Amino acid sequence: MDFSHSEERQLFKDMAARYIADKYKLEARNKAAETETGFSPDHWAQFAELGLIGALFTEEAGGFGGSPFDVTVLFEELGRGLVNEPLLATAVLGGGLIADLGNDAQKAVLEEVIAGTHQLAFAHGEPKSRYDASHVETTAESGPGNGYVLNGAKAVVLNGGNADTLIVSARTSGKTWDEDGISLFLVPKGTAGVSVRSYPSIDGLHAAEVTLDKVELPADALLGEAGKAYPAIEKVLARGAMALASEAVGIMEVCRDMTIDYLKTRKQFGVEIGRFQALQHRMATVLLEIEQARSAVINAAGHFNENRVARERAVSAAKTLAGKVGKLVAEEAIQMHGGIAMTWEYAVGHFAKRLIMIDHQLGDVDYHTARYVALSKAA
Amino acid sequence: MDLSFSPEDLAFQAEVRDFLKKELSPKLADKVKHNKHLSKEDLTGWHATLNKRGWLAQDWPKKYGGAEWTPVQQQIFNDEAAAANAPRIIPFGLKMLAPVLMKFGTEEQKAHYLPRILDGTDWWCQGYSEPGAGSDLASLKTRAVRDGDHYVINGQKTWTTLAQYADWIFCLVRTSTEGKPQEGISFILVDMKSPGITVRPIILLEGTHEVNEVFFDNVRVPAENMIGEENKGWTYAKYLLTHERTNIAGVDASKAALAEVKKIAAAETVRGVPLAEDPYFARRIAEVEMELDALSTTNLRVLSSPDAASQAGPISSMLKIKGTEIRQAINDLSRRAIGPYAMPFVSEALEEGYNGEPVGPDYALGVAPDYFNNRKITIFGGSNEIQRGIISKMVMGL
Ligand SMILES: Cc1cc2nc3c(=O)[nH]c(=O)nc-3n(C[C@H](O)[C@H](O)[C@H](O)COP(=O)(O)OP(=O)(O)OC[C@H]3O[C@@H](n4cnc5c(N)ncnc54)[C@H](O)[C@@H]3O)c2cc1C
Repeated sequence: MDFSHSEERQLFKDMAARYIADKYKLEARNKAAETETGFSPDHWAQFAELGLIGALFTEEAGGFGGSPFDVTVLFEELGRGLVNEPLLATAVLGGGLIADLGNDAQKAVLEEVIAGTHQLAFAHGEPKSRYDASHVETTAESGPGNGYVLNGAKAVVLNGGNADTLIVSARTSGKTWDEDGISLFLVPKGTAGVSVRSYPSIDGLHAAEVTLDKVELPADALLGEAGKAYPAIEKVLARGAMALASEAVGIMEVCRDMTIDYLKTRKQFGVEIGRFQALQHRMATVLLEIEQARSAVINAAGHFNENRVARERAVSAAKTLAGKVGKLVAEEAIQMHGGIAMTWEYAVGHFAKRLIMIDHQLGDVDYHTARYVALSKAA
Repeated sequence: MDLSFSPEDLAFQAEVRDFLKKELSPKLADKVKHNKHLSKEDLTGWHATLNKRGWLAQDWPKKYGGAEWTPVQQQIFNDEAAAANAPRIIPFGLKMLAPVLMKFGTEEQKAHYLPRILDGTDWWCQGYSEPGAGSDLASLKTRAVRDGDHYVINGQKTWTTLAQYADWIFCLVRTSTEGKPQEGISFILVDMKSPGITVRPIILLEGTHEVNEVFFDNVRVPAENMIGEENKGWTYAKYLLTHERTNIAGVDASKAALAEVKKIAAAETVRGVPLAEDPYFARRIAEVEMELDALSTTNLRVLSSPDAASQAGPISSMLKIKGTEIRQAINDLSRRAIGPYAMPFVSEALEEGYNGEPVGPDYALGVAPDYFNNRKITIFGGSNEIQRGIISKMVMGL
């Protein structure tokens, strides 16, 4: 066993950490969140330049990383900066699917993705799907010239408004919850019949509602084999959930450090409030629970390339702990700060909002706990 | 023991329901239900409606124009009003200042201020907290210095809820630095239009303007605006903090919010099955509901007990702790219930006159912002840590 990172990965981590600490400021981030795209194009270009996007792809796909630990290491740093640039949507989810399933012509776009000039989004969740990965009501029927016609609605599509290409899941056969029969399609921005309503999220990101009304696509829009996309979807969502869990750990550590600092400086009743044992013990709990969440993320990355059940169980455990500990840390950080944490001006509230919202992306605590139970039966 | 309502109580309940049906506009109820932003007019309008019926000042004596309801009647009204999504009654004048005036004010002060609270002439805000004086309120520094028949006030208050609407502020100020900090505090009423007062907004983490900083720069206040004796303000302030027991547990609002969670959980489905029947979620709801039912009885038990007044301190602490923790647990259920639709945040949709399509189901609107906004309830009014300290000290002698 070895819990240290390779020298190369450590250097990468340090570089990302340095950029975020020096250049990535919360105030500017919150301003960018209010723009139409919801992020800073300058930072995005820098991320491409520094190789942060490429680090999420294997060499085979044109990147220079792509291992599970590359994903967790980077997302932890993104969490620390509360980064709202769309690395999850474009690189992990969208890029991950194209890298996994794309033919050579389709994979060509990855070069632009890695260069930061092409945005992606995975339009998979639906208004009634909650977190269920096989819930696909959107249909793809055969259309003119061996092509397809898509109809349906996609919900809370991260980065949907910015995507140059949407990757849309739709059913070519089967019923709503069947794993079989789900296909993926590449839908370029501006395709007739696609309407995208982009909006901000409460944690400073952007997502969109996407409606597909008789969207005609050519045969080569199909990504991977017709009706057989589910295993790839499951795997890319697991990768996304692992990334989110690691992002959560980064955020938790920022919340922890800010709270410890505050406990050491804020005085009431003539002493630093950190002197009150009522707060000390709770802060100790926060600290040890974060270590648990961190270990769960390490488990997820460590088992990611094993068999499906081992991977999915470990990911569900990591996402569950991220949700549970995330709630604890967000709520305790606010409570132990008192009124100041309730303000827009003070940073900790923004970290708390993102931390709680991570539980609402790609499966919450209840979803992943139930999934863990089901997978354990299969194990 | 008998947990049922008397025939009189039932008749009162019917009367309240009838009143709410007739007088509460659906538009206003919809705003409350979806945690949309209420304007000053929304709040003062509802006060006026209640006042016209004689139901605004639930626990004031009749001689001051109050309804003098029994605790059970208050509970009935508050439950019904919350269930019908009526706006809450703004407590600063009615429930905080008024009891202090009645107990410690002069006849002139009572005759002047109480009717104006009832008829809505004066909107009051509470000027206790300062940047350096939160939990340790007695360390407050805002100075009031006597100058002829005036006091001159300098300093800063903060977290002042809805000061942007207020006509008057009741303040704790330091009039002496001798002895224990508690012994140099006075309670004084200040006209917000006085020269030298500046109000600066504080935006909360979910983007609302609910609280403010209030600065005092040589603000001259007539000496007759002081309540009771100089340097005795701490006693009055403590009386104020512990007096308001009726609604501190917030059982009514929690009941309404839990009913809404159940509606959401019945509408949301997981693989075609209502979320309400999902064993994980059903258990979460059940756990909160059991607690809330118990708290409802605790609340009435306390209010009906003959020696409630003498135990006001520790008992209101207990109601505050349980009430706020249960309310936050319900906020947590709501956000879980709406799933991925917790994220979208179209802030314009929370404002009056928004005609756009909602993102996702309409019940999702306002859920996440309210979850974050309600983190405040375990912080203000004496944080829950401070309340636990009071129980340790006053009940258990630790
Ligand atoms: C939304 C909002 C509205 C408000 N409205 C008003 C208003 O209208 N008027 C007004 O006067 N005030 C108002 N307040 C202020 C509120 O009463 C204070 O925030 C509260 O008293 C806590 O003070 P503080 O924020 O300075 O936190 P601090 O007192 O600095 O406390 C920080 C943390 O330390 C803990 N702590 C402090 N002392 C102890 C101890 N001895 N033992 C254990 N833990 C301790 C606290 O519980 C808290 O967790 C409002 C606050 C908020 C957030």
